[in-house]
Amino acid sequence: MADIKFKLNNEKVRLNRDPTMRLLDILRDDFGLVGVKEGCGEGECGACSVLVNGEVVSSCLMPLGNAAGKKIVTIEGFKKTKRYELLHQAYEDEGAVQCGFCIPGMIIASESLLNKNPHPTEEEIRDGLSGNLCRCTGYNMIVKAVQLAAERGDGLW
Amino acid sequence: MSGISQSIPKQDTAGKTSGEALYISDIIIEGMLHAKTLRSTQTRALIKEINIPELPEGYYIVDHKDIPGENFVKMIFEDMPVFADKTVNYYGEPILLVVGEDKEVVLDLINSIEVKYEKLEPHYKYSKSVIHYEYSKGNTEEAFANAVRTINREYTTGYQEHIYLEPQGVISVYEPNKITILGSMQCPYYIKNAVVQVLDDDGSGVRVQQATTGGAFGGKEEFPSLMACQAAVAAVKLKRSISLIYDRTEDIETTTKRHPSRINFTAAISPEFKVEAIKAHVSLDSGAYIGLSGVVLQRAMIAASGVYTIDNLKISGDVYETNSVPNGAFRGFGAPQMFFAIEMFMEHIAKELKYNPFEFKLSYVAKKGDATSTGGRFRDPIILKDMIHKAWDASDYQRKTTEFSQPGSNRGIGMALFLHGCGFTGSGEQKHIKAVVRLKKNSNDTVTILAANTDMGQGAATTLRKIAAGVLGIPIEHVIYNKPNTDLVPDSGPTVASRTIMVVGGLIARAAKDLRDKWEEGKEILVEQRYKQPEYIEWDDDTMRGDAYPAYSWGVVVCEVEVDSVTCRVDLKGLWSVYDIGKAIDERIVIGQIEGGLLQGISYGMLEVMECKEGIIQQRNVTDYIIPTAADSINMYTYIMDNPYPLGPYGAKGAGELPLVGGAPAVAIAIENAIGKKINKIPATPEYIMELMKNG
Repeated sequence: MADIKFKLNNEKVRLNRDPTMRLLDILRDDFGLVGVKEGCGEGECGACSVLVNGEVVSSCLMPLGNAAGKKIVTIEGFKKTKRYELLHQAYEDEGAVQCGFCIPGMIIASESLLNKNPHPTEEEIRDGLSGNLCRCTGYNMIVKAVQLAAERGDGLW
Repeated sequence: MSGISQSIPKQDTAGKTSGEALYISDIIIEGMLHAKTLRSTQTRALIKEINIPELPEGYYIVDHKDIPGENFVKMIFEDMPVFADKTVNYYGEPILLVVGEDKEVVLDLINSIEVKYEKLEPHYKYSKSVIHYEYSKGNTEEAFANAVRTINREYTTGYQEHIYLEPQGVISVYEPNKITILGSMQCPYYIKNAVVQVLDDDGSGVRVQQATTGGAFGGKEEFPSLMACQAAVAAVKLKRSISLIYDRTEDIETTTKRHPSRINFTAAISPEFKVEAIKAHVSLDSGAYIGLSGVVLQRAMIAASGVYTIDNLKISGDVYETNSVPNGAFRGFGAPQMFFAIEMFMEHIAKELKYNPFEFKLSYVAKKGDATSTGGRFRDPIILKDMIHKAWDASDYQRKTTEFSQPGSNRGIGMALFLHGCGFTGSGEQKHIKAVVRLKKNSNDTVTILAANTDMGQGAATTLRKIAAGVLGIPIEHVIYNKPNTDLVPDSGPTVASRTIMVVGGLIARAAKDLRDKWEEGKEILVEQRYKQPEYIEWDDDTMRGDAYPAYSWGVVVCEVEVDSVTCRVDLKGLWSVYDIGKAIDERIVIGQIEGGLLQGISYGMLEVMECKEGIIQQRNVTDYIIPTAADSINMYTYIMDNPYPLGPYGAKGAGELPLVGGAPAVAIAIENAIGKKINKIPATPEYIMELMKNG
């Protein structure tokens, strides 16, 4: 057990837990943040993506101990932002959402991408989202949604 | 596009982008226990003894002895047990559940159970036929007797795993007189009927409620019934709610996949150098239990002449049982295997006879009024030739074919032509499904759709409402569709076989018309429609003769690739496709189906490798079973034709499976044209391409 403090969705949290536990399980089971999905458990599919100090990270691969002192944002925190609203609207307008299981992670990856590169090329978007698997859409509508969000959100990222 | 095809926002997007939509693993029922499956470590064996350690308080075993009814999962054949009893027939077969509150303790208990087996000789090859079908058209023997030559080739296709992003899961919710199955599913009534039989219930004690479903592609057609039966038995025994949720590895290792196949073709070439007759044999590997394999085989066999009219056919097929994980439904349902094979075969015949493959194929394309493979009729207008020309022009096919055939070019372009029979095969809708749909007008003048069909991402929650709202002439916001609950909705059949829009949407449109005529403001009104087979449809299940489908959707895919001359890696360079699905109910939703389906088909043809060695699936996660990423996909040029089908809602036919069917042959032909060597199997991986380049 270890005393672990970090910032979760802009609130300070403190836990006394086994530091080797997966951050994914802590987020889902301890905090009820079920928008963070488990798709593969091996860091390959990106459904469990969260932002750690602004970088996209697969929470299934991150031990809780590594969260200490960091700023963690899940879809539940991100959805309160203007950037989320823009991304949501762009995903909806492009028809980018089918089953939806990959989508919270995809939105988080989109945010991380736009944060680093507010005006990405199509290729940069494809590369930036290549850590997030989607089996429904063939990706193109998602790529277009990120392009659209970048256009509409000029100055926001 | 205007009218019904004009796109509107999907009903369920907001909850999905925000993470609020609850999938089965997000749902917690008070007092729920977690279950984990103990599985066979043998491919075929007798169970001699099971040694279970002393269980801590609150931890339980649930096995075949706890089943109140029959130990079979209700499907077409009753051969698959809920829990293995005396024998196991595949590696990973469920034997029992360990159930308790703490997942870690449950897992430790699973690992400490010892099962003693007596090994039996397993079958892995195409040797033990459990189903055989055949049909014929014309006079094949005479055509072969008069042939100036025959051409024989064999094609093989591999497994394909669905990789719906959400692994399978169910929760059985216990109440004293009711078991509610919550789950990720396509077919609530399949599950209900299976659970009722296992619990020996009269039907009133079981209800099934779909949770938000994270993709399915056929993988959640029949498989969830097995999990639901197990969880229901546990709930009844323990009088507790039970959660049974797989992780990705358990899902890949133990759930159904697309059947591997071997397809053998022989063509009789007439003195005029025409294809006078085709003989074909289809072998499907069903895995350890038959499940839906017989129906998959039928659909594959019916597609044996592709989109072509061949006057003489003799088609046979067998389902072979092997001691490996059972295979089952997967988008396309036998058609992807056969369309790869027939498209390659036609290409290969053309090349053997020194014809231009494009013109050769075009000369056999079916026309309205032609006899289908099974001796039915193509009754509706066929616009395939227009579609082919559209794809030809859009892709600049002629110029590229010439340019890429120059020495030193490592590019190739290929075109695949395909169709998909919409709805159940033969008289299945009439005989077995008997769909019922109701519309309920509420006193506040909203209308609720009462149907058992699910939205698993394909957009049915939006498109079915759109059909009802359109016919009723009311705003779509006034039409309510909830995820099906079998206590509230009639059995409108499963969400499979590209039937949801054409058949169920058709019933909704008819019910809406009826309701429109009876409309009275402020009043509650209930209307009902039952499926009636078009009178002209005749089908004989035994001889496989007659109209196999009420309608056909059609497609053309052109694929352009570049093959790296050193690594043999294949890069997609262009994708153009054209479809006749009657009428698009929401263009953007249909394009979403097309782009996702086409990429699944392309990657089935060149990327997705799953191997089974000595009965054991070798790939365990998405780290070693590779599906495309955003960087592997490319922009696609998609054209949807307007060719309304008189019996479909607004003229719509089926669209869900069709786009997958053309992907594999299109990419395989493109690769073949790039490397100048014949492709006979998929996936056409770099290793296979390298072998062809070396050995020809």
